[in-house]
Formats: sequence, structure tokens, C-alpha cells
Amino acid sequence: MSTKVCLWTLDHPNPASLETYVANGGYSALKKILAEKTPAEQIIEQVKISALRGRGGAGFPTGLKWSFMPRSFPGDKYVVCNTDEGEPGTFKDRDIVQFNPHQLIEGMVIAGYTLGARAGYNYIHGEIFELYQSWEQALDEARAAGYLGKNICGSGWDFDIHAHHGYGAYICGEETALLESIEGKKGQPRFKPPFPASFGLYGKPTTINNTETLASIPWIVKHGGQRFLELGKPNNGGTKIFSVSGHVNQPGNYEVPLGTPFAELLEMAGGVRDGHRLKAVIPGGSSAPVLPAEIMMDCTLDFDAIAKAGSMLGSGAVIVMDETVCMVQALERLAYFYFEESCGQCTPCREGTGWMYRVVHRIEHGQGRPEDLDLLMSVGGNISGRTICALGDAAVGPVHSFIKHFRKEFEYHIENKRCMVGD
Amino acid sequence: MTLLTPESLAQIDREIAKYPAEHKQSAVMAALRIAQTEKGWLSTETIEYVAEYLGMPAIAAYEVATFYNMYELSPCGRHKITVCTNLPCQLQGAGDIAEYLKKKLGIGFGETTPDGRFTLKEGECMGTCGSGPLCLHNNHKMYTRLTPQTVDQLLDGLK
Repeated sequence: MSTKVCLWTLDHPNPASLETYVANGGYSALKKILAEKTPAEQIIEQVKISALRGRGGAGFPTGLKWSFMPRSFPGDKYVVCNTDEGEPGTFKDRDIVQFNPHQLIEGMVIAGYTLGARAGYNYIHGEIFELYQSWEQALDEARAAGYLGKNICGSGWDFDIHAHHGYGAYICGEETALLESIEGKKGQPRFKPPFPASFGLYGKPTTINNTETLASIPWIVKHGGQRFLELGKPNNGGTKIFSVSGHVNQPGNYEVPLGTPFAELLEMAGGVRDGHRLKAVIPGGSSAPVLPAEIMMDCTLDFDAIAKAGSMLGSGAVIVMDETVCMVQALERLAYFYFEESCGQCTPCREGTGWMYRVVHRIEHGQGRPEDLDLLMSVGGNISGRTICALGDAAVGPVHSFIKHFRKEFEYHIENKRCMVGD
Repeated sequence: MTLLTPESLAQIDREIAKYPAEHKQSAVMAALRIAQTEKGWLSTETIEYVAEYLGMPAIAAYEVATFYNMYELSPCGRHKITVCTNLPCQLQGAGDIAEYLKKKLGIGFGETTPDGRFTLKEGECMGTCGSGPLCLHNNHKMYTRLTPQTVDQLLDGLK
């Protein structure tokens, strides 16, 4: 059986319990660095060697991000975990919080130690209130056992973690919108620079990482960066949780080494639902460009291979579509999502997402015009790169890629005022 | 007399304690959630009360209440059912479940049954796509892998 970095507790009874975690070596990495007073530079170096890249979607090297933090800056500094998992297709971080909360706590505490922070916040997606509650219980357990709070493991060092609960806003997954939200404001992204490492939560230096990223840290500290790197492939260290949804027999989370062929993941998920064949895949969450089956079947699952194929590994959310899917209808739903979730701060996104939705909607409902596809490309082109945050580009990704790869279906819809799928 | 119960205020106090003393406003999202859980929805009076409790301008609390889509700014049914209809759930049958709910309750999205028992809402991604179709009950309890049979059971249990 291949190594699992984050979801290994699922192979044990009571996966979420402190007993399970500690009995299998949990919190030993934290105890070791506190006992040996490991220099922060040494930990950051191991994270760099590991080639751990941000698991939330951007794939930014974690070690490099950590090195931006002004560790010796006097005053408060923060570590923030982003569990605002709302990218359609993504449901991995919830499983880490549900089934391996202590590894995430240990990862956040190690991050706090390394980055010189006094407190951490875990921002939890609004719709998973039950996990917000279970996470708070796990924090209480960790405090009672001396792994969190005052005088951690007898070291004399204090660090505490709190949960912050979202309440329904996709945009808060964007790191600066998330910080605004923790400050008790509308979740509208900040203009950058300054970046959070210099001006973050309450204006203090802050490092924000995804849940899966932080949960990987104890493994790296325990086994060394080199071993983590070797779990995956060069520049793409470690395992990655892929959330497989849509038309497969067994939707679910599958943690596999980066670089695993897509065909293998599809097989693990039980294959395309019985009696059907693969049509298209969105490989990295709804913001990632869609890829047709023939391109996808040749891909390995790592940041570089998916980028080369014209999409993004993103959050590792693999949305599988079979031949029954009307691509116009699928795009209409995604376009509606971005329209609904645009925070309204930047005009190109606020107006453009609504415009794109209305055009796709009319094509789907038999009122498309011959010029509509050019119009969609043009509106999208005028959003891209003209907004404060990445939501604008995220909204354009599906529109442009659906038209690029499935143009005939859109043209058929416009011409015949109905769908070519199922004819 | 306070507008919220002592239990709700104690919960809000626990949230305030998570943040630096000078940043009580950080607790506004939780405070509005707790107030809504008690009252069923957020009236202007409730929002103003929460703002005053946290020592922040009422308009800033109102901005938060209107920005995040799980807050209710008008009265809604005793049981709010929010169905995710986003693409992954749709591929797994959320469209049929949504239609079944509409037909069974006799209302559309954003509507409340005449007896005030149910409100039906269309939701966005709840980050649990592998277990779709799914819905949320009153924002806090999730029901996954819905079928017409499990929907019947769920609704029957909500009086």
C-alpha cells in the first residue's frame, strides 16, 4: 500500500482521536523540535527541499512562502489555515479536519514555532458547521494534553489556535479576503502588495496556508524533506489528495503520489459510471480549464504535467463528465456560480461574470446568437488580468476552455436551438 | 432586558475571547450566526444589537450580514433546506433532488411554505461534493447522498 501523508488515520479505528494519532507517532515531530530547539531556518530548509507546493490551488512553494515571513519582527505575528474549501469539486480539507485534526494542529503549531507566531486561526467553510464544532473539540483535547496553549510540551513556549467560522462566501478562500473576514468585515480581497507576510491579519505579518499543506508539515519534519520529495516527483513533492466527483462509480478522496497517471486515479474511483464513456475532466476544481478525455487520459497528476496540458492541478478536485453531459449546460451552471460569488469590488469581474452568465444562459435556452461565442471570448479577455484577485480569471477559465475544446456543441446549440447531446 | 438570551450571549463571549481584546469586531460573523440561530433570522434591530454588543458601527455589522449568504435578512420557515446545485452535485443527481423537493413542498427556490414550516434555497458549493446530492438544514446540519426516500424521511422528521 502506498504511503499516505494526510489521510492515513482512515486505516485505523477512531481515526480522529488523539489516542490514534499519538499511538502512531503523532506530535513527535513537535516534541522533537521543541526539545532540541531546532533553528527555524533548518525547518524552512527542509520544507524547501520537500518541494511541498500549496495545496489550495495556486501551487506556490511553501518553503519559499515561509521564508518571506519576517520572523524577527517584534510584535504579533499570525499563522492562518485556510479551510474555506468552496471551490466546486473540492472536498479534501474537510476530510483532514474530520479524520486527522491533530495532524493539522501539529502542523499549525510547528508553523507557529517556525514563523515566530503567537497565535493561529483556522478559517472553516460556512457550510460544514459540524466540522467547526469537532475541530474545536480537537483543539480542547490538544490543549488538555499539553500540545497547544501555554507552555507547550513543557517548553515554556505559548501558542494557541482558534477556529473562525465562515458563513457562505466563496471569495473568502482568497487569502486576503479571508483575512478581512477574520477581522469581521466583508470578504473583499486586498490590493497586493503589501503581501500578508508583511501586512496580514490586523496589519501584522501573517502566513496563510491551505489545510492539506499545513497537515503535511509534521510528516516532513519527521521524515525529512528529501523523503517527502521522493514520494512525488521533482518540483512536485509528496502525495496529494484528489477529490474525485461527478460521473464515477465511487466518488471520494484518493491520496496518491504526485505524478500518478490520471488513468490510475480514475480506476481507483471505480472508473466512469457503468455503461458510459469519459467525455471531459476538470482536473483542478471548477476554476481550472476543462480538458477533453483524450488529453486527460495521457496526463499524469502533478502541477507541471497538468499545466503543460493546458489546465491547472489547482486544488486537486477532479470533476469527471461522461458522454451524457451537455457542455453548454455544465458551463451555464459554473458561469452562474462565479456571477453569484463575485464580491463586486472590481468592475470587470462584477459586470463581466454576470454578462458571461447571461450569454451562456441564452445559448443554453435556445436564444443564442451567432456572435455570442466571440462575445464570450471578448468579455472573458477583458476580465482576465484586470481584477484585484484571481476570481476574475477563475471565472474566465471555464468559459474559454469549454468553448475552445467543445466549440461544436456551442455552435450546434446556437444554430439548432437545442442540445446535440442525446440526439 | 436584552434582546438575546444569556445562553446566546455566553456563546458570543466565548467567540470574542478568541481574538485580541482590541479586535472584538472579529467575532461579528459568529455573533450574527448565534443571533440568527436564536431568532430564526436577522432583523435590523438584531443586527444593531449585535453591533452595539461588539462596540462596532451598526453599518459595519449590516455590511457583514448582507455579504455572506447564509444570513437571513427576512423571516424564513422553521426549517430552511438549502440544496447545492453546483456542477459536481448536478452530475450526481442534484437537479432531480431539487425538482423533487420543489414538487413535494409545492414551492420554488427562495420561497416558504404557507404554513411557515419550510423554506427552500439553492446553495453554492458546500465542499462535500463526493457525497452529493446534498442539502443543509438550517445552515448547520448536512444531509448527504440524498434520494427521494431519504428526502421523505428528512422532511417527515422536521415538524
